[in-house]
Amino acid sequence: MSTTTIDSHTQAAADEMTVGHFLSTYVFSKDHKVIGIQFLFSTLIWFVVGGMLALGIRWQLAWPWSDMPIIGGMLFPEQGGQIAPEFYTVLVTMHATVMIFLVIIPILAGAFGNFLIPLMIGADDMAFPTLNMLSYWFMWPAFFFFGGAFFCDGHGAAAGWTSYPPLSDMTTSAPSSGAAQTLWLLGVTTVGISSMLGSVNYMTTIIQMRAPGMTMFRLPLTIWAMFITALLQAFALPVLTAAGFMMLADRLIGTGFFLPEGLVVNNSPMAAGGGQPLLWQHLFWFYSHPAVYIMILPAMGMVSDILACFSRKPIFGYKPMVYSICGIAGLGFIVWGHHMFVSGMNPGLGMTFMVATMMIALPSAVKTFNWLGTVYGGKVQFTTPMLFALSFVSMFVIGGLSGIFMAATPVDIVIHDTYFIVAHFHYVLFAGTAMAVFGSIYFWFPKMFGRMMNETAGKIHFALTFIFLNGTFFTMHILGVGGFPRRLADPYHYPTFSHLLTMNQFMTVCAICMVAVQIIFAVNFFYSIFWGPKAGRNPWRANGLEWQAPSPPGHGNFDFQPIVYRGPYEYGSPETEEDFYPQTMPPKQDRDNLA
Amino acid sequence: MGRVWSILFLTVPIFGVWTFVSAMNDWWPMNGGAFAFSSGHWFPSLDVSDHVKDHLFYVILYLTGVVFIGTGAVLFWILWRYDGATNADPVVFSHGSHALEVIWSILPAVVLLFIAIYQMDAWAGARMRRPTMADGAIKPPLCRVTGRQFEWRIQYPGEDGRLDTPDDLHILNDLHVPVDEEIVIEIESLDVLHSFFLPNMRVKQDVVPGMRQYVWFHPVKEGVSDIVCAELCGWGHYKMRGRITVDNAAEFDRWYSAAYADQETSQFSLPEEED
Repeated sequence: MSTTTIDSHTQAAADEMTVGHFLSTYVFSKDHKVIGIQFLFSTLIWFVVGGMLALGIRWQLAWPWSDMPIIGGMLFPEQGGQIAPEFYTVLVTMHATVMIFLVIIPILAGAFGNFLIPLMIGADDMAFPTLNMLSYWFMWPAFFFFGGAFFCDGHGAAAGWTSYPPLSDMTTSAPSSGAAQTLWLLGVTTVGISSMLGSVNYMTTIIQMRAPGMTMFRLPLTIWAMFITALLQAFALPVLTAAGFMMLADRLIGTGFFLPEGLVVNNSPMAAGGGQPLLWQHLFWFYSHPAVYIMILPAMGMVSDILACFSRKPIFGYKPMVYSICGIAGLGFIVWGHHMFVSGMNPGLGMTFMVATMMIALPSAVKTFNWLGTVYGGKVQFTTPMLFALSFVSMFVIGGLSGIFMAATPVDIVIHDTYFIVAHFHYVLFAGTAMAVFGSIYFWFPKMFGRMMNETAGKIHFALTFIFLNGTFFTMHILGVGGFPRRLADPYHYPTFSHLLTMNQFMTVCAICMVAVQIIFAVNFFYSIFWGPKAGRNPWRANGLEWQAPSPPGHGNFDFQPIVYRGPYEYGSPETEEDFYPQTMPPKQDRDNLA
Repeated sequence: MGRVWSILFLTVPIFGVWTFVSAMNDWWPMNGGAFAFSSGHWFPSLDVSDHVKDHLFYVILYLTGVVFIGTGAVLFWILWRYDGATNADPVVFSHGSHALEVIWSILPAVVLLFIAIYQMDAWAGARMRRPTMADGAIKPPLCRVTGRQFEWRIQYPGEDGRLDTPDDLHILNDLHVPVDEEIVIEIESLDVLHSFFLPNMRVKQDVVPGMRQYVWFHPVKEGVSDIVCAELCGWGHYKMRGRITVDNAAEFDRWYSAAYADQETSQFSLPEEED
């Protein structure tokens, strides 16, 4: 990209401030940065929705069958402000669905993938800009389907986010098994289309559009992680989409893929038969286990970049980091059965899945040790993004270690479907991924909006979130070992669990505080977009290509042709006086020759 | 300021260990008041002869505990020592170490393989080696438990020892088993997935429509505990509660005869309510 195109573009933008121009620039934009920011705003809004649903769950577990303060009367007037058991199953289903399909996956792949990939590899845009625009707009049917489900009979899908048949497969099995469940399936399918369009684009862009000198082993780990994530999506997603269509067929045209003979549900006999409920579990987890890595690998990549930058030190073991990303992805395809140890699957198969699952802890351990090795011997700058990245490492250790308990098949018999698993995946996905996402927002905010976020507010946001999230989620391990089951509207109904009420109240108070603390972030975010101090091109003194572009970059990204001379992590190199060495800076002898 | 942050990260292993240790020993300091943690937060009481699942849990807990404390302490020390504000040493310009990578790949691999192999026998015992009679034949089930929205239907074979004959005993949500005996239970579902969960027996098995499955356990303590449904089965999932009563042999026989007589009487007086 030459400077003249950029100038003529901004000139043109100034000239025609028409409605059509506004729409094509900010709404139906084909610019990857605008699409990334569209994804960011949409997913943050759904993050609020998902958080509120979580508070509903926590309210019921702490003060079961009591009137919800303030909003209860508005939401459930017919129950006098209480959460009905029907609605509780909606809450658990829709909280997970929203968080997974509308927040975590699209914020990592959609928002950060779109924004960062072309910038970090030195491209002017994605390989297929129109496809990229469509990948965002295919989220909207999903938003409407999932949102619309709340207004159907039963006020939302209620078969769990895993939607195990027969409960999800039959239109009469529960109050919300009708239109709400159908909309849920359509929503999952359209999210899948969006991810698929994105993943094709990411793979092509990363393979084809790297700047001169940007070899695969000079890619930032964020890009490696996005690349492998796109591969995972491309190979695993069609299975879920196919399974979704099979279930739609079961529900709408009377096939029986997932229904055995002779079922009588809610006193109505089922016509179809000859199927197998476990088939859905195999198909579902064949996608959804790799999806777990879709939800963590990009976060790992972004954390690696942040850790290296603020330790002022190269990534320790770059190649082992790349290989462990590939290893996690490869093993990710052969471990789905560990979700099914107590499902009735052949126990012999359980042993195979158990060994594979144990082995997947290995690349994760290698990554953790390498992160520690990266910070070791550096000059650590405790900025807000760094604190979030460090907390990712700290929390990921907990999430990873608790996974070993579930991988051990005999132990899994005891803790499967209890709060131990809830603790595990909240440590990986909330304390891990969501904290990495916060860190990444603070880190790349100056590139996105050309302004800095407030550091003090950011650090307060970090410290309070960190304390309350541990208060909320760490205790869940204890609940789980006590046998406390997940998805139960009133576990105190069972004498075995009745003593766990006070512990749940403690967790709920922490959860409410944690959600309240996010207001600090929201205020900081929106204030800084408009009034934050202006950022230069490279406020963090980082090496990546994205930091050589203007902040924010114009259409076409770079105002010069980036040429890459080295990897992205040459901090503290003896070759330069500065403690960083941008990828585009020519080596010393070249500069001497020029001079 | 860096030192304050490194201490914040040090609190993670400290409070983590404190939480687990105090839960194991009922040391909750906040007994009384709004956040009273009463005792018994660890496993529900163990009422079966098979301790191997609990034992395995503790083995993994201690192994992972060492790693948890180790990484937490190392992270704290690194942050404390290499705080950019106080560290005067030049940055260690290193891209990694092949030897270290090999060490920290092989060590966890050995530990993980150890756990994997160590537990195989327990898994086989829990799910593959069904108890046998004295003559080596497979032990027949004591009863059949059928999950249905939202109740557990329990069916004992009558005098003839076979299920689905006219002399069967039908009970709802009230499972009785004799103590000190290998109990085999056949489980089925009429409608959706349920999960037959006996927290005190360390038994959990999804109940799948269209499949017939068996679980077994060896109760050693008399008493009453819960049957929990652990798989989301619809809006009334939470109230799908049964009770399991472990009786001595004599008491079990007395209960069985009484329940059977009761069933026959009610059939006589209310013929329209037969099975």
